[in-house]
Amino acid sequence: MSDITFLDITKEHCPMTFVKTKLKLESLQIGEQLCVRLKKGEPLENVPSSVKEQGHDVVCITHIDGDVYEVLITKGSFPTAV
Amino acid sequence: MTTQQKKLSMISFSGDFDKAIAVFTLASGAAAVGYEVNIFFTFWGYNAIKKAQGRATQGTGFLAKFFNFLMGGFKNLPLSRLNFGGISPHLMTYMMKKNNVATLKELIEASVQLGVNFYACEMSMVILGTKPEDYLHIKEQLGVAKFLKLAEGGQVLFI
Repeated sequence: MSDITFLDITKEHCPMTFVKTKLKLESLQIGEQLCVRLKKGEPLENVPSSVKEQGHDVVCITHIDGDVYEVLITKGSFPTAV
Repeated sequence: MTTQQKKLSMISFSGDFDKAIAVFTLASGAAAVGYEVNIFFTFWGYNAIKKAQGRATQGTGFLAKFFNFLMGGFKNLPLSRLNFGGISPHLMTYMMKKNNVATLKELIEASVQLGVNFYACEMSMVILGTKPEDYLHIKEQLGVAKFLKLAEGGQVLFI
């Protein structure tokens, strides 16, 4: 099992929630995993869906505590143009 | 595989601090969710991406130099309302930092990192006597026809 990269965006707001997730995913190799810690509401509603739309896999979403959640993502092979 | 990438093209005209925040928030956000993003800078809009961040006598000819000096660059972007002689943008940046909201500088950096395309209006550069090298990350200088072609099939905003 490879290491899981961790990213905390609980203090971030739109658009940095997406921006930081996208940039972190770009730094990973296909198949590597990223765990994003985020807050309920706009980030939880939109980060997993936009990640899926870009061809990555949302493995699971776990409720951590209060309004904090963690989303486990596997980087997909969909080309992410930059 | 004929799925076309979603596209957002913006004309950054105003050069106001708050409107520049809108431009770069949309740009970085859209790029982060997989859009192709194009920004066409023209007239006052250039101020946000001028390499000389403070007042500078750029351009060729006395009037162009004078005008560029008055335009002021990134550090002198005015707020579109309640500018109070230029104090408000600094207060706004302080409030943004305090509330963990990305500042204009961070939004521009994020846009560049995410591959947002910056285009320069050829005609405004002729008036201002400037070159693409005077601005950050300009991919190409364009006219109306080329911009329309670039924007075709996507959403277009004038800010």
